[in-house]
Amino acid sequence: MAFRQQVLVLYLATSALDTAVVGWSSYDGTGATDHMAGDSETPPYATGLDALKNGWRLIQAMPLLPHAGGDEFRLGYLKYEFFFEKWVDVDE
Amino acid sequence: MNETVLLNSRQMASFAARGFLRFDAVVPPAINEAFLDTIGRVPDGDLQGMRAHYAGIMQSSAIPVVAAGTPLAAAYPEDSPLHALLALPVVRGAIASLVGGHPVFDHHFLHIAFPPAFYAAQNTRQIAQHYHQDSTIDPRAAFDIQIMYYPHAVTADMGGTRFLPGSHLRVVSEAAIARYQNIRGQSHVVCPAGTLLILHHGIWHGGGINRAEQLRYMFKIRICPTERQRRLWDTSDLPAAALPQRPIFWTGPAPDPDSIAAILTRPEPWHEADTGRLEYINRVRFWRYLLDDPSFDADYWATRIENEPH
Repeated sequence: MAFRQQVLVLYLATSALDTAVVGWSSYDGTGATDHMAGDSETPPYATGLDALKNGWRLIQAMPLLPHAGGDEFRLGYLKYEFFFEKWVDVDE
Repeated sequence: MNETVLLNSRQMASFAARGFLRFDAVVPPAINEAFLDTIGRVPDGDLQGMRAHYAGIMQSSAIPVVAAGTPLAAAYPEDSPLHALLALPVVRGAIASLVGGHPVFDHHFLHIAFPPAFYAAQNTRQIAQHYHQDSTIDPRAAFDIQIMYYPHAVTADMGGTRFLPGSHLRVVSEAAIARYQNIRGQSHVVCPAGTLLILHHGIWHGGGINRAEQLRYMFKIRICPTERQRRLWDTSDLPAAALPQRPIFWTGPAPDPDSIAAILTRPEPWHEADTGRLEYINRVRFWRYLLDDPSFDADYWATRIENEPH
């Protein structure tokens, strides 16, 4: 028996887990599926909470940081990033 | 062929808000065929490897090697299909509207999306190109454009360029956004032959995965301004004075969806709840830059936070 990690990254509309998914990425350590850029138009879950309900464990959430003076309006990376994981039993 | 069809204000506002303009089948078949001949028509069945394939095309093609900083007008021989493409009235007008009458050439490149057989022959994983923003961190108000030219029809299974409308004002560091696989509202280019996509340099994009049997070509030219990008388009449809503010939130009858304010405050599906409003502010600032009018506003987003009475 061995375990492999599956990682799901969800980008939400706000810092609340029960708000809409606006971006998503999947990395499958079992090798059973192969995800890549541009491979789907529909998110796997409507919200972060829906992912929790399906067994995904939240392992990292973005911090809420104060806005540096003079740079309050500069935008860059997607803001509300949440990492989830599942551990999956695989045959070796 | 000296005619120039400049962009109008709504096209420019859409570019300011979304970072791209698309012109379907604007390049006539004769130029498309001549360009494909220029590439050299290396046989699709050559599976010796992608690097070797590129080398073969670079050796056999007539695409010129051009130094960065060369005036665009001098970049291509007058009898070449790329010169003819850039001389099309709509293309001349779009370039003049966005980067002025004397832009310079930055670089060009022939992008090839290889079909699955290439990857199978080399036993390598076929993968779509990750999201990225070209070049490097670029916080300027001035902007370059990138013309993406599709000389042949691109079908859905050929994996046309993927891009994220409205992402151009986000300042990121090139491939740092590679983690994002899918984003709501992303667009995949499926188009007829001769289509041009003109992008602000900041647009997030990547090449799609080609699941068809033939090669997919896209030729990109990056072009830089040499003059202040101020009212370079056809501004005859702009009101003479500053646009009046319209009612916000409690709006009454449906407002005009084609007004400049409506175009600049139209959200993208991927906008976060709070940063979507910052996007509006950044679009207003970009439009102020293009108008050279620091008093312009749309829906009071900038005015409200600039109001410090004395």
